[in-house]
Amino acid sequence: MENLNSYLIVSAILFSIGTIGVLIRKNAIVMFMCIELMLNAVNLTFVALSRHLGNMDGQVFVFFIMVVAAAEAAVGLALMIAFFNNKESIDVEDVNIMKW
Amino acid sequence: METLFFLIISFVAIVSAILVITCKNPINSALSLIMTFFCLATYYVMLDAPFVAAIQVMVYAGAIMVLIVFVIMLLNIRVDATKKYTHKIVLGSIIGFFTLINTVFLLLKSRVSLPTGPYNKEIINQIGHTEIIGREMLTTFLLPFEITSILLLVGIVGAVIVAKKKL
Repeated sequence: MENLNSYLIVSAILFSIGTIGVLIRKNAIVMFMCIELMLNAVNLTFVALSRHLGNMDGQVFVFFIMVVAAAEAAVGLALMIAFFNNKESIDVEDVNIMKW
Repeated sequence: METLFFLIISFVAIVSAILVITCKNPINSALSLIMTFFCLATYYVMLDAPFVAAIQVMVYAGAIMVLIVFVIMLLNIRVDATKKYTHKIVLGSIIGFFTLINTVFLLLKSRVSLPTGPYNKEIINQIGHTEIIGREMLTTFLLPFEITSILLLVGIVGAVIVAKKKL
């Protein structure tokens, strides 16, 4: 097993890349994939700390995060399809009908 | 040897994560994300969690990414290079940099009172990782396990209702 800190640093780098992607991209599906990347970085932290501490609770939490991600994928992609049917676009800057 | 392997996997994971946010075509972003997921599955194997690695490949790289690629191909989005980024690219990079510093500091310095458990490598190999996970999930975490099934049911119904053309 490697040092714990190297796993945590890799996880932090992946989380930050996901944050930058959510902030700078306009395509809603790519933003969605960046959110999945952030969830996976958190999963890596959970598994590394669970292995380091010898406690299995973190790995059970990884399952719950995966369930939430699957439900989020289904509902989020359905929302994108509904939006594309209305506006013929997937850019988040076109979602502005509630803006005043 | 294991350190070298760890460095190679880290390099591939970070480069493909950067490719996710820089590729113009969403299909290329999705394939890079699958590459990152496989690198994370390798990390889970290195951390003695083979069952988590298996469901990472099956659920994430299999089910969720197939759903995303399916939607990308269904919508047939045009690649438009002029409208790729918002004008907030500098601000987003600064916020991401501070997020990185904050997260590294938080993860490396804040280990004050975490609960420890009995599972080391020998016990995991002797009992079996899947059995330990299943026992924990169906005894200690039984109520959250049942609640996630309700969450999945609501997700299925919500996806069908939202994606319908008219009710």
